[in-house]
Amino acid sequence: MNEQELRQLIAKVKAGTLSRRAFVRMMVGMGLTAPLAAQMLAYSGLAHAQPASAYKPTKRGGGGTLKCLWWQGATLLNPHFAVGTKDQEGSRIFYEPLAGWDADGNLVAMLAAEIPTQQNGGLARDGMSVIWKLKKGVQWHDGKPFTADDVVFNWEYATDPAVAAVSVGSYRDIKVEKLDSHTVKVIFQKPTPYWADAFVGVRGMLIPKHLFENFRGAKSREAPTNLKPVGTGPYKFVDFKPGDMVRGTINTAYHEPNKPHFDAIEMKGGGDAISAARAVLQTGEFDYAWNIQVEDEILLRLEESGKGRSEITPGANIEHIQLNNTDPWTEVDGERSSATTKHPLFSDPAVRRAMAMLVDRAAVQKHIYGRTGIATGNFLNNPPRFTSKNTRWEFNVEKANQLLDAAGWKRGADGIRVKDGRKLKLLYQTSINAPRQKNQAIVKQACQKAGIEVEVKAVTASVYFSSDVANPDTYTKFYCDMQMYTTTMPQADPGVFMNQFCSWEIAAKANKWQGRNITRWKSEEYDKAYRGAESELDPVKRAALFIRMNDLVIENQVVVPVVYRPRVSSVAKRLRAPLSGWDNDFWNLRDWYREG
Amino acid sequence: MSGYLLRRLLIAVPSVIGISIVLFTVLALAPGDPFEELATNPAIPPEVRANLRAQFGLDDPVAVRYARWFGSMLQGDWGFSFASRIDVDDLILQRLPVTLFVIGMSQVFALAVALPVGVYSATRPYSIFDQIANTLAFIGFSLPTFFTGILFILFFSIYLDWLPFVYRADIAETGWRWYWEHLRQSIMPIAVLGLFQGASWTRYVRSAVLDVIRLDYVTTARSKGLAERVVIVKHVVRNALIPVVTLVALQMPAVFGGAIVTEQIFRVPGIGSLLISAIQANDTPVIMAVTFVFAILVIFFNLLADVLYGWLDPRISYR
Repeated sequence: MNEQELRQLIAKVKAGTLSRRAFVRMMVGMGLTAPLAAQMLAYSGLAHAQPASAYKPTKRGGGGTLKCLWWQGATLLNPHFAVGTKDQEGSRIFYEPLAGWDADGNLVAMLAAEIPTQQNGGLARDGMSVIWKLKKGVQWHDGKPFTADDVVFNWEYATDPAVAAVSVGSYRDIKVEKLDSHTVKVIFQKPTPYWADAFVGVRGMLIPKHLFENFRGAKSREAPTNLKPVGTGPYKFVDFKPGDMVRGTINTAYHEPNKPHFDAIEMKGGGDAISAARAVLQTGEFDYAWNIQVEDEILLRLEESGKGRSEITPGANIEHIQLNNTDPWTEVDGERSSATTKHPLFSDPAVRRAMAMLVDRAAVQKHIYGRTGIATGNFLNNPPRFTSKNTRWEFNVEKANQLLDAAGWKRGADGIRVKDGRKLKLLYQTSINAPRQKNQAIVKQACQKAGIEVEVKAVTASVYFSSDVANPDTYTKFYCDMQMYTTTMPQADPGVFMNQFCSWEIAAKANKWQGRNITRWKSEEYDKAYRGAESELDPVKRAALFIRMNDLVIENQVVVPVVYRPRVSSVAKRLRAPLSGWDNDFWNLRDWYREG
Repeated sequence: MSGYLLRRLLIAVPSVIGISIVLFTVLALAPGDPFEELATNPAIPPEVRANLRAQFGLDDPVAVRYARWFGSMLQGDWGFSFASRIDVDDLILQRLPVTLFVIGMSQVFALAVALPVGVYSATRPYSIFDQIANTLAFIGFSLPTFFTGILFILFFSIYLDWLPFVYRADIAETGWRWYWEHLRQSIMPIAVLGLFQGASWTRYVRSAVLDVIRLDYVTTARSKGLAERVVIVKHVVRNALIPVVTLVALQMPAVFGGAIVTEQIFRVPGIGSLLISAIQANDTPVIMAVTFVFAILVIFFNLLADVLYGWLDPRISYR
């Protein structure tokens, strides 16, 4: 799909022959994120009215206690230090950003009075700045007013190197100016198409200036408010035991009428995912459980008790197999899989193509993941209700055999194919995790039928995913022929996510294997497309570039996508909780309620 | 006696230091990094991680880090958790009461089961009661606590729906309802730990009483015409319990170890679950502190066992 076709689709939306939602789904099927699709529409003059909230209760409070279960408890409550989702979620109970992302990728105003657009003068035409108007009359939990000073302070705090805030990535390339008491201007260094990063969503939660300004720099750890948050959110802080319990009580001065519904909230931590699902689905002790990575078969059985349901939220996490582009078996200057080498077997495109055909994604979905892992042919992903027109996948052992025959790989006496004295023998590694080992077995079996010998290897997750420079078994070293893991997309925009195929990101000894390009693939065309997307202001052109990047990765079998993995939560029967795959689970906690 | 105590305490000092060195080196050699999540998240620039590592002194050699840790430990500073950035002693103090309550209650429960059953079995060896008690005891200490814990949850929480299986340290109720809720949620973890411990103690009490009951002085007591109750309680059990007391004291550290698993299953916010989450997060200062506390407990209870033994059994003297 090229730019022209995209424009035609947008015209259809304008004319009303294609619904907004259908358009977003289509883009998502093409491998784009929902926020990007929504941005394309907004840019084409189809700004969405703020999505209507499905919140029903007509008075504040009266909902009792909302009991949530996180099998890893929150350990700190300062959003600028919150690395893992557990800490972000704990902070999100009390703190709010200017805007959050809904499930369809629309920006929803939280502390902003409105979402900036070109029409309302919020977005500069040259992409160099954004003006945010703040909501008036918002109070911190201690009664102090929320103003532009707080917003500016958050930028200063996050960018202070001595604070070492994990949110710095969203703030370091911008400048923030206060225009008046309730207006701020975000200034970029270069034209920035993805402007809704700072002050938005996960990294956008705002902390109060008056309580943190004396604890800047190296003193940041000592701030008492790190443990006793004072925010603007629907619930006020009561008590916090790191790793165990976060408790909040209703904020009766909340800035939206009739909200929140619950009188108190509890977020209990610890234990394991299966028993967390049980506590919601089977015994009803809790109302909500987060991140239920449990086999679908078990979930379905638990749901039979009728006390709750599983909510599957599409996101962009993808379980994929990487094919090494470099030679893992030859050492060059103290490193294997050096970018200067070529893989002895995968340098033959026929082998790569055959490999992509030997991954039985349908079987993986059916027998391993069920609703929690959906077979896909795209790397940039979302629910494939509308499959991409450009990429397709098939599982076909016969065709793989023909391909390899045609390329001159002849079967030897032991049934393993050989060409020029090289045997088709591959080492396939992943982390220790039951579904992954089943997945390895499925691939190994199919490969055997095609005359490829696959040796499987599983590494403990704590080693495999570590950044230990001395350990040869980490995923970034990639000292094997193929490997499989899930790569996550923490941001609503695919910009950062897609840099994992750029040639300047190649993981190597020189950068202590911190580069993000693990497959060590190099493509001038990809690099060019990526550079183009970095400064392309027209979201439609930019989307076309991302689609092209996705297709390049798939066409060249740099990776073989297996399943995309949506987020799974357990929700009590009567609880209504609007979730989003582009933000935290608690992104819209103010709208959570229990049906009567 | 006091000379002996002093000597024992002095010997304890080098062993504590040795333990801390071993722990620290093992932790330093183990794979993993407290800021791993930072490394895998593309939105976080690598400088943040480098900065944090420098700030928390993780880039120094192991020996330097150990010396620094030991120095501040001597001044009573336990350091702070990398994960939650609060002081480790605060974290441990937050968790300790729950662990002490659960373990204490389970020990009381174990004794309440083991003593009467063990003594009664010994007075009627190979009777039906003894056979049944023996069988149950064997089953009891053969089943690991993580298994019985899950079994209890399936039966009492899910099948019968009587008891909650998520332990909550702060219950919003007041008055007698608070006690009731606390009791309800503590029954399962206490029973799991208590029954496991009680099973092995039952066997021990039985054999200790059997050893004593055949001695001549018991026969003498009987021939004096004393009531059987008096013979058993005053003459037999008193002496039989001396080795049992030592055993109880010696097994205390093992109980703390068993509590780690049980706490995780029932989500009891004690130091055991703190240790597990710290290990998962590679939170070195917390792992160090908790394992160190366990090590000190082992040494303390060993000492206690020796002293108690001498106090109960006058034949033993300390020099």
